[in-house]
Amino acid sequence: MQYFLNERQEMIRSIARRITEERIIPVRAELDEKEEFPWAIIKELSQADLFRIFIPEQYEGLGGGCLDLCLAIEELSRGCCGVSISYAAVALASIPLIKYGKEEQKQKYLPQIASGKMLAAFAVTESAAGSDIASIRTSAASEGSSYILNGTKQFITNGGEAQLYTVIAMTNPAKGARGASAILVEKDTPGFTFGRKERKMGIRASSTRELVFHNCRVPRDNLLGREGLGFVVAIKTFDESRPGVAAQAVGLAQGALEEAIAYAQKRVQFGRPISSFQAIQHMLVNMAIEIEAARALVYAVARTVDSGARDYTEEAGMAKVFASDVAMRVTTDAVQVFGGAGYMRDYPVEKMMRDAKIIQIYEGANQVLRNDIIPHLLKRKGKRT
Amino acid sequence: MKIIVCLKQVPGTTEVRINKLTNTLIREGVESIINPFDTYAIEEGVRLKERYGGKVTVVTMGPPQAEDALREAISVGADEAVLISDRTFAGSDTLATSYVLAKTITKIDEYSLIICGRQTMDGDTGQVGPELAQRLGIPFVAYVSQVEGISGGCIRVQRMVEEGREIVESPLPCVISVVKEINVPRLPSLLGTMRSKTARIPVWKAQDLGIDANKIGVSGSPTHVIRIFYPQRTRKAEVLQGSLQDQVEALVTKLRENKVI
Repeated sequence: MQYFLNERQEMIRSIARRITEERIIPVRAELDEKEEFPWAIIKELSQADLFRIFIPEQYEGLGGGCLDLCLAIEELSRGCCGVSISYAAVALASIPLIKYGKEEQKQKYLPQIASGKMLAAFAVTESAAGSDIASIRTSAASEGSSYILNGTKQFITNGGEAQLYTVIAMTNPAKGARGASAILVEKDTPGFTFGRKERKMGIRASSTRELVFHNCRVPRDNLLGREGLGFVVAIKTFDESRPGVAAQAVGLAQGALEEAIAYAQKRVQFGRPISSFQAIQHMLVNMAIEIEAARALVYAVARTVDSGARDYTEEAGMAKVFASDVAMRVTTDAVQVFGGAGYMRDYPVEKMMRDAKIIQIYEGANQVLRNDIIPHLLKRKGKRT
Repeated sequence: MKIIVCLKQVPGTTEVRINKLTNTLIREGVESIINPFDTYAIEEGVRLKERYGGKVTVVTMGPPQAEDALREAISVGADEAVLISDRTFAGSDTLATSYVLAKTITKIDEYSLIICGRQTMDGDTGQVGPELAQRLGIPFVAYVSQVEGISGGCIRVQRMVEEGREIVESPLPCVISVVKEINVPRLPSLLGTMRSKTARIPVWKAQDLGIDANKIGVSGSPTHVIRIFYPQRTRKAEVLQGSLQDQVEALVTKLRENKVI
């Protein structure tokens, strides 16, 4: 399929692909088994300038667009989603800083993120606030020139490993969703500690942790945008990051398809490779069709974002829902093609199936994203825009 | 610190075919890569630059397409590159090659360290490094597995020897050849690849270097390959028979006869 990538996009793809093949695939099973944060690979990614892709040029980045980032994430995910989410979460956490940060904040943090010296995390979810982010309890009380943070964030990707956290907290609880603000908190700030490290089903190389704030004092200068903007920051950030998660699903599914085909051509039953049986052939073809359709949708949405479109909640949601559902089906079928061997941890497809599940859940569960899409659809009576 | 890394573009396979008339390698239609040992030399040069400042210049002698190898070196951190290419260089042996390299490096003039891979994958001689040092009249340290440090105009390295490691100090400038144990070469970076696409690589010819035509090419090379052949693969297998006791005794006798035990 011809996607008309430009020279730089081809370059991003081939660099990310080489890292995936030479540095990620050989260690992914071990990282998964040990639930070990992939620091050595993160260093490779930073040496290869992949953290520069999503940072503007004036802050030592490459000023790449949504499609550029999607290509990098897709390739890394072909190898390991535990690694790719650790990378993608930094891109996600950079969005609020780039979109709403003050000049001094950008100068202070973005070059360090670009060089890979500093990982970042975005902290919204709490035990009582998942899809319903208006129910956030973490508070940031104003006191002189500081905010005092109290509360616990849950399921935070890169928690404990990142240096910089963008935390959505209530600065004015009485106002509900309009009382939330986005505040930068650095690791090692007194009163900021890490709680439980989650033991996950998949993406086990990545770190998912609780952030605990107990009278944690940060300067008011750490506010992103203005007070009360937290909810908007979160929604806009996720709109922009969603194509990246969809790209993760595409890469994962692609990796599973390649594994399934390689195995089917090698595995002999009834005197023939199982790839010669029509039942298997049709499964493989269906996987390939779905992946290509998902890829085309994701790239189209990424290009919509890059074109400067202002509202793409609907498109981004569609890409994420479709691609992650495809990844779940494709990885499940990959295990089926492998038969009993696919169920064993000696082969990579069972990990891929475990990894796929989270993509249907995080960055907006597929059900709540459908809720976000329907108003747009009804408003234009289903007509094409 | 000015570092020069010498590299060679080689066929990306170990199954090379030989031209039966000239007894040289057939390079046409074979994908070319940077000699794997040289990738460790490039990486070490870039690491030393990152540690001590300065720049890394990569140099190769070869046909025009060897420029690709130099661009690849830039994509992994080299700053500058020089391609030494002239039809008259074709067929040069290691002595002639080291002559051309020495002339090139003398022209570059400023350098404190020259790094080579331990040997090439195609020729396998490991001669160019020491010959180059001899021609430049500077020290040579082979099989370096670690650069401990550089200070006071001296480099301190560990080199691999038959039964362990030797620590050697040498004044600069000098030539070192490195083994694969020295580092893990990095993969190309985005900025490096972008730079490698646009970098200007000068091509130096024989006349640019004041080369004596009698010392290069086939005629200037004292090495003459008379014949190339694959070693005969012979397998002499013997199956021992009889009771276990007999077999063990027979085996021990055989091992003694062959002085294995």
